[in-house]
Amino acid sequence: MTGPFCVEARGLRKVFRVRRSHRVVTALNGIDLAVPSGALVALVGPDGAGKTTFMRMVCGFLAPDGGSLNVLGADIAREPEPAQANIGYMPQRFGLYEDLTVRENLELYSDLYGVSRTERDERLPHLLAMTELARFETRPAGQLSGGMKQKLGLACALARSPELLLLDEPSVGVDPLSRQELWDVLLGLVREEHLSVMVSTAYMDEAERCDFVYVLDNGAVLAHGAPGELRARAEGRCYRTRPAPGLPARIVQARLADDSALVADAVPEGGAVRFVIHAGSAATEGGRSAGETAEEEARRCGGLDAVPAPARLEDGFMTILREQRKALARKPDETEIPQEESAALSSYDKFQPETGRNAEPEVVIEVRDLVRRFGSFVAVDNTSFTVGRGEVFGLLGPNGAGKTTTFRMLCGLLPASGGTLRVAGVDLRTARARAREHLGYVAQKFSLYGSLDVRQNLEFFGGVYGLRGKILRERITELLCEFGLESRQHATAGDLPGGYKQRLSMACALLHRPGILFLDEPTSGIDVPARRAFWRRITGLAAQGTTVVITTHFMEEAEYCDRILIQDAGRVLELGSPDDVRARAGRAGSMEEAFIRIVKNSREGNAT
Amino acid sequence: MISPVRIRALVRKEIRQILRDGSSLLIGLLLPAVLIFIFGYGISLDLKEVPIAIVMEDSSPMARDALAGFRGTGYFSPRQADSMHEAEELMRRREVDAILRIRNDFSANLAAGSAPVQLVVHGIDSTSASLAQSYAAAALGEWASRLEDRGSVPVREHSGSVYIEQRIWFNAANSSTWYLVPGLIVIIITIVGAFLTSLVMAREWERGTLEALFASPVRPLEVLLAKIIPYFGIGMAGLGLCLLAARFLFSLPFEGSFRLLLVSSMLYLLAALGMGLLISSLTRSQFLAGQITILVSFLPAVLLSGFLFDLRNVPPAVRVIGHLLPSTYYMELLKTLLLAGDNLPLAARNCGVLALDAVLFFLGALRATRKRLG
Amino acid sequence: MNGIIIVLWRVFCMWRKEVLDLLKNPANRIVLVAPVIIQSVVFGYAATYDLNDAPYALVDQSGGEAARDFAARLDGTGLFRRVAAPATPEGIAAAMDRGDILLGIQIGQDFDSRLSAGQTAPVQVILDGRNSTTAAVALSAVSSIASEFNAARGVVPPLRLEWRAWFNPNLETRWNIMSGMIASLSLMQIMILAGLSIAREREEGTFDQLLVTPLTPTEILVGKAVPSVLIGILLSGAVLAICVFWFRIPLAGSIGTILLCLAVFSLSSVGMGLCLSAVARNLQQAVVYAFVLLLPMFLLSGLASPVASMPQALQTATCANPLRFALVCLRRVYLEGAGLADIADNFIPMLTVAAVTLPLAGRLFRNRS
Repeated sequence: MTGPFCVEARGLRKVFRVRRSHRVVTALNGIDLAVPSGALVALVGPDGAGKTTFMRMVCGFLAPDGGSLNVLGADIAREPEPAQANIGYMPQRFGLYEDLTVRENLELYSDLYGVSRTERDERLPHLLAMTELARFETRPAGQLSGGMKQKLGLACALARSPELLLLDEPSVGVDPLSRQELWDVLLGLVREEHLSVMVSTAYMDEAERCDFVYVLDNGAVLAHGAPGELRARAEGRCYRTRPAPGLPARIVQARLADDSALVADAVPEGGAVRFVIHAGSAATEGGRSAGETAEEEARRCGGLDAVPAPARLEDGFMTILREQRKALARKPDETEIPQEESAALSSYDKFQPETGRNAEPEVVIEVRDLVRRFGSFVAVDNTSFTVGRGEVFGLLGPNGAGKTTTFRMLCGLLPASGGTLRVAGVDLRTARARAREHLGYVAQKFSLYGSLDVRQNLEFFGGVYGLRGKILRERITELLCEFGLESRQHATAGDLPGGYKQRLSMACALLHRPGILFLDEPTSGIDVPARRAFWRRITGLAAQGTTVVITTHFMEEAEYCDRILIQDAGRVLELGSPDDVRARAGRAGSMEEAFIRIVKNSREGNAT
Repeated sequence: MISPVRIRALVRKEIRQILRDGSSLLIGLLLPAVLIFIFGYGISLDLKEVPIAIVMEDSSPMARDALAGFRGTGYFSPRQADSMHEAEELMRRREVDAILRIRNDFSANLAAGSAPVQLVVHGIDSTSASLAQSYAAAALGEWASRLEDRGSVPVREHSGSVYIEQRIWFNAANSSTWYLVPGLIVIIITIVGAFLTSLVMAREWERGTLEALFASPVRPLEVLLAKIIPYFGIGMAGLGLCLLAARFLFSLPFEGSFRLLLVSSMLYLLAALGMGLLISSLTRSQFLAGQITILVSFLPAVLLSGFLFDLRNVPPAVRVIGHLLPSTYYMELLKTLLLAGDNLPLAARNCGVLALDAVLFFLGALRATRKRLG
Repeated sequence: MNGIIIVLWRVFCMWRKEVLDLLKNPANRIVLVAPVIIQSVVFGYAATYDLNDAPYALVDQSGGEAARDFAARLDGTGLFRRVAAPATPEGIAAAMDRGDILLGIQIGQDFDSRLSAGQTAPVQVILDGRNSTTAAVALSAVSSIASEFNAARGVVPPLRLEWRAWFNPNLETRWNIMSGMIASLSLMQIMILAGLSIAREREEGTFDQLLVTPLTPTEILVGKAVPSVLIGILLSGAVLAICVFWFRIPLAGSIGTILLCLAVFSLSSVGMGLCLSAVARNLQQAVVYAFVLLLPMFLLSGLASPVASMPQALQTATCANPLRFALVCLRRVYLEGAGLADIADNFIPMLTVAAVTLPLAGRLFRNRS
């Protein structure tokens, strides 16, 4: 039928002309890529690597500027129609019809794909069950939470069984439970229906479940192979270190990550810190073994030891990327922390955390019996917690758990139906405006003025926070430098790459040096290196005494938090430090496993 | 090639959206009703009873008679002013729109053969003013002939004079409602066809729903057809409302064939739909599509189609622009069919132009809606 | 004191952002300004009931000298242009059916003989009633040509109408329409602009970002209203300039008074636009609502048909229409040279609309978030 490969690209090039200038941007620069029939292939790489462009070309939405691209045995550029009939594509932002209900959206796509009535009646319940949308069947798509929309988009793309399924970051904003289910479904489809799947993702654990992984960067294939082969690149260079007593793991992690000459990557993991050291001269200078170097480095940064750890795909990926960047000797960009900031933050890290810990921390957010109802639906039910100054507080929960509702109430965007809410010592019911001067807010989706440039956005938000004149100018200069945005200060905000947008949002929220920073899924949809840089900044801010309240669907990011709260169906399931929560979930595993177990247990408890 | 199943699915989706959002129906059905009401009862370009101040400086019976003649016409509602000064004050306050002054030497002049009567009009409402002026001239003329007939003034031997006999065709009632109604129909079809459709289609581009649609086997032609079908329905419903009102509220004569009327309306609606789809596919933004559609379809339909202002009476450049737009041809044909009667050569030509426009716009939209992004 | 400065500064930042947001995109700049300029020029030429080379057909069945003289007078004024001279009245019917002519003139067989016999002779004028206003204007023009013709033949009617017009000596429609356009054209733009402003921020998520800043709803409202008002005044100013410099319509009143009228008027229309924007759930609804409101506003403003000739109930309803009062003010100041005191009472309804809609918009958007 289609031969051994269902997608075969040779020397594929794509160039975009920038409007109103003679500049051209090379999106794909001679890509060789093949997807074997019946295989699950992952595309990974930083923002702007060309993943979406490639997918769109496979669908025939973009014509190649060079090279060849065969899809399902035909040249897609010349005769797109036969192939398109057999492709299922889920774009990054799946355009659901928000006025239509879940079921109506699914029916529409069933009809468009020519699924017969009987077939549809068989398939739809299956899809609804798989995406856990069955109970929302009659809800308009516009009223679903972000993650549920994502799942509905996938269900629509799967309305009939295609030969080739293309998924562009399908799990952005999807909670770990749903993500697991989604991947079970995908693997099932590949096995049962001999489907070929190409998926782009920012989750390396997802890529690890694929048959092949292509690492793209800057429009070129950096590396490819089975996950094991890529993993091998970091084999023997991964270590775990336990932080010295009383020292938060994220401080050790930040110190390690700052030493980019030696350390390729560092992340907190289960109370310890996992780090990868570079191969080559720096690591083994003076005839030392890699292990010795790692231990020395770990101790320097506040760790107790350095135990070799098995490599994961993420380690391999980061190693490949860092080495590439080093080889190109590129200017610092979103993958690296600017030197100035790095230096500035190191000084904060020299604080003695014990003193701050022993003293009772000042409470800056106090929530008692918080309730929010929408009609008869209870979105947030009797929630109580406090957050102390300088704490990093994580709000976790499945899609639709009430996280965003809680968040909006904390920021004063939504009045509470009951309970008390004190933020920065001010009751939000009576003095919303006064509380707002003390808080910074970064929304889930980019919500700055896309038509203004970077500097104008900063000037605007600084101005409305009452900064002006020299103070404002100096603060802007400071933040531009801190976030590495100087070179782009006159770029239009809407055209910035994802990582930069996220940095600008942070910069705008920090202009007035808020005591409390609210971040709603700040890392959804940005790439791994940008996420590292992001958390590095959070660590620095917390060290300065800024309180950070954050939601995320990356469970490993919960490891950066001092305490986390797990919410489901509006109720608090767990509250405590990541270690405590993991311990209470039983059988110490990854944060993700703990999370899934806690939510499942609670749901089963409710069901019986 | 074209799949009826897919088109049906898309049309069903479109209808559901229309029903849920409501704003499309608002514009398709409520707006025509409001406009019918306003056009029918609110505005009229016909002048009724101009308030006029009369300054009688001559109090002879002859002058009084003149005033009576003025009252009798029904065009004026006169009021007496004691002096020119007072009358001017009244006009300044816009309590009257004109002043008629009969000077104190009126009787003497009249006896001598010819007497001037002074009329001052307020020129701001220029149309009303010039109509008032011609009404006044007519009233004076009638009065003069009455005087002559009665022998009150000497009928002099003269070399014969010309008088005007007027006949108005196609609008026996000489009511502006009759010519406003065709304009109303054109406006409604333009708004539903071009404006609404361009917004709805631009929204699909803006929200990324088209990218998801394009990933399915659906063809651009099907997407466009599925947009056209429901909005065609709304447009026809609006047209139906207007025609009912025209027939039963405003008693328009419907001189021409109803079938021709329907065919030409459908062609114009299709042309408008095509234009809306073309604009939205080119701009892909609701704000721009809305603005551009207003500029190239709605305003010309009001201004340049001959709705309010006669195209035969404007500078050639403006006339040429008017004749580039489908609304002009539809307006001309519609007025003829409603008020004048069948005129096959005109109908054939204008329907031809409309059909050509519809096809061109539609092909343009199809070209712009290829499954290509970026 | 310092508090006031901070509030003013915040509001100023809001203004700057609004203006930048709107004008940075070149496409926006064009769609904002171009329609107003194009419309005012095209309107200036097209929106006229004045005769200007109006095409007519002449059926001269008499063929005599007097008839030729009469026809020459028709052609000599520049008002009419003879495009056909059919032999029979049926020819007029055909030309009118084709839409070639605005009117037909028929001179009977006995025209010359009646005139030389000292009798009265009719000239038949056949008008296309599909456009009744233009028809009436044409009729009165032919009538006055007939009077001149009679006068030239030494026929002096017993009564002569000596007329003159205040403020618009040649009774040009353009003066009337264009002075109204100064307000109407910018109304369309600012209603849609203000209508979109909040709806767009909601759709793009920036509205939440605004709400978490210390900006109060009132400051946001003022920040949104003032730039729209300024843009409204600016657009109106452009139309005013076209009226004065392109169409050479003499400006009788003071620019300052006109600008004040425009400011008050823009304030009220921005208030209405912001209300719509706060009610609308999405961009499409905002535009649709604006449109549904705009059309009746235009029709019931006195722009094309005098308010005085509307039924009483509707006249009362138009009191809520700021455009009606803006038109009165503009025409009176521009053409009549009225001063501020003469028109001040027209400000009351406009300011009332603003005083109701602006706080209402504030309440609406606060309650919807």
